[in-house]
Amino acid sequence: MTTLEKNPTPTESDLLPLTGPRLPTYAPALVAVAALALGGVLWLVLGSSVALSAFVAAVVFVVALPSWSRAVEGSRSAVDRLVAALVWVALLFAFVPLVSLLWTLLDKGLPALSPEFFTFSMRSVFGDAQGGIYHALVGTVLITLAATLISVPIGIFTAIYLVEYGAGNRVAKTITFLVDVMTGIPSIVAGLFAYALFVLFFGPGVRMGFGGAVALSILMIPVVVRSTEEMLKLVPDELREAAYALGVPKWRTITKVVLPTSMSGIVTGVTLAIARVIGETAPLLIIAGKTDSVNFNLFDERMATLPVFIYYSYTQPGIPAAPGYERAWGAALVLIAIVMILNVLARLIGKAFAPKTGR
Amino acid sequence: MSSTDTAKPRPPKGEPPVKRRSPERPGDKIFKGLSFGAAMIILVALAGVAIFLTVEGIPGLGASGGAVAGEANFLVYAGRLVYGTLLAAVIALIVATPLSIGMALVISHYAPRRLATPLGYMIDLLAAVPSVVYGLWGILFFGRFMGDIYVWLEANLGFIPLFSGPAATGGRTILTAGLVLALMVIPIITAICREIFAQTPTLHQEAALALGATRWEMIRYAVFPYAKSGMVSATMLGLGRALGETMAVAMVLSASGTGVMTLNLITTQNPNTIAANIARSFPEATGLSVNVLIASGLVLFLITFAVNFAARAIVARSGKRLNA
Repeated sequence: MTTLEKNPTPTESDLLPLTGPRLPTYAPALVAVAALALGGVLWLVLGSSVALSAFVAAVVFVVALPSWSRAVEGSRSAVDRLVAALVWVALLFAFVPLVSLLWTLLDKGLPALSPEFFTFSMRSVFGDAQGGIYHALVGTVLITLAATLISVPIGIFTAIYLVEYGAGNRVAKTITFLVDVMTGIPSIVAGLFAYALFVLFFGPGVRMGFGGAVALSILMIPVVVRSTEEMLKLVPDELREAAYALGVPKWRTITKVVLPTSMSGIVTGVTLAIARVIGETAPLLIIAGKTDSVNFNLFDERMATLPVFIYYSYTQPGIPAAPGYERAWGAALVLIAIVMILNVLARLIGKAFAPKTGR
Repeated sequence: MSSTDTAKPRPPKGEPPVKRRSPERPGDKIFKGLSFGAAMIILVALAGVAIFLTVEGIPGLGASGGAVAGEANFLVYAGRLVYGTLLAAVIALIVATPLSIGMALVISHYAPRRLATPLGYMIDLLAAVPSVVYGLWGILFFGRFMGDIYVWLEANLGFIPLFSGPAATGGRTILTAGLVLALMVIPIITAICREIFAQTPTLHQEAALALGATRWEMIRYAVFPYAKSGMVSATMLGLGRALGETMAVAMVLSASGTGVMTLNLITTQNPNTIAANIARSFPEATGLSVNVLIASGLVLFLITFAVNFAARAIVARSGKRLNA
């Protein structure tokens, strides 16, 4: 109280400020532009490589912004800005390879594409004669189709058991847990399993497309189970109860009410699962093998597939090597296009056939 | 409940009790049997993987000489491969974990919502690229790019044993393989972390902000403690994927046989990984070599199974379930 009386009219400097000093809102953008400009100077004027210039620009940004902040705002804000700068730079770091990969694919893969590339096989292709991926496309489609035919019924029925019948009992919990663990089985192990299984029936050195389908199913089933399970859980219990109240048996309720309601989600999940296994190489390398000819029979002889074709076009490009590499890039572009189309398709299906929620 | 029980009319003695539930229809029985059978097939398949690999792998355990790439016995052979597998996976995780957590934070907390959704799609895109395409890119583009960096590393940081060289100018080293693996693991870790971060109770976060915490302090004291178990499991699931990843390593890594056990990351003499060794050797393998390769596959299966099991168990204990 005495101090108040001593100093009845405080000057402005005695008041505690309610806000701390802050950097202007454009500060991060300003520092980013300055850092990029520095990188640009390094690249264009001093002639260092693009990667090094970008790296220097990133470091300058991460150092300069917190330092400025520390001088103006204090240490806590400086740490805050440092972390923010770091996470954004981390994001850029991860996307640079993605952009580089897609760019390289387009750059080197597009010249390989031609009508012949899709309609020729590699039978009797030597040197730089025109070869194609027809045999590999046939194999990929057949094997993936077979894997889907195996996985989808097993996956959907398992999900039905987990959600509709098991509903939290011990067996269902164990299966749920094991399905989760099964998603982590390395693809090469699935291939070895298919080989070990088929060796028992067909003897050592067995190679057949159907074995590849079995191996892919091991990888695909858990994905289908997981996505279907999530979708079935989303179906409101009121719908089931309404059906029961009308005297509909449980299995009819599931096939006529629960499954149609969740159909779009299930189809989306299956499409994503196909997209996931269609690019698998290791199991097919082991059990489906490699051939230069077209093979339509899943149960006999080796069968070429797109991913394995890419692998061998790189490891055994032939002489001269350039056409082999070009075919590898072209096939990789086709493969990634298929995967992307499946992904987009899955999203479109999910949107187009989503149950109408309007009441 | 007890009142309704007592109110229930008791059936007279000598007659069978009145069934409250309608009798199970044959359709129901068949359908239930089908779905239970499908669930059992999954258990059988999982057990089958272990059993068939064991059956076909056991003859390989006693192998020596050429079948185990000139090593003394199977244990040495597997041990050397496990070393390479772990080394590549550890490099991948050291790079991928901080980057993934950073990316997950951007999507869940830093980026405006309009930007966050497309960023999420981009990460899904990263996950959708097949591993053989990563391999092709890794060897024909990324490896050559890294080759220059290895030369520089050897010249300037050669006193560190990790970079003592001689540098592989083609870039087909264990470090390149680890970095490509990191790229493949990032989407997995990011997807899980981002989901867990987004689940953090809003009240905790707002309370932290209301106490005057900066955004980073809020993340550190409200988000991270909540998401700790999820982050650990995400990293372990990434580890499981990195351990078992085959094609990218098989294409990028230059190593023969069981490779060289070294910590030198930038030479042409590299350790080999289990999966890459199988992929490279299996197509030409015959006789006992096949059994040895299958036995090494069994080792890989057991390691990844244990890692995945632990990761899932950690999350299950904290009462969450991961959508990946």
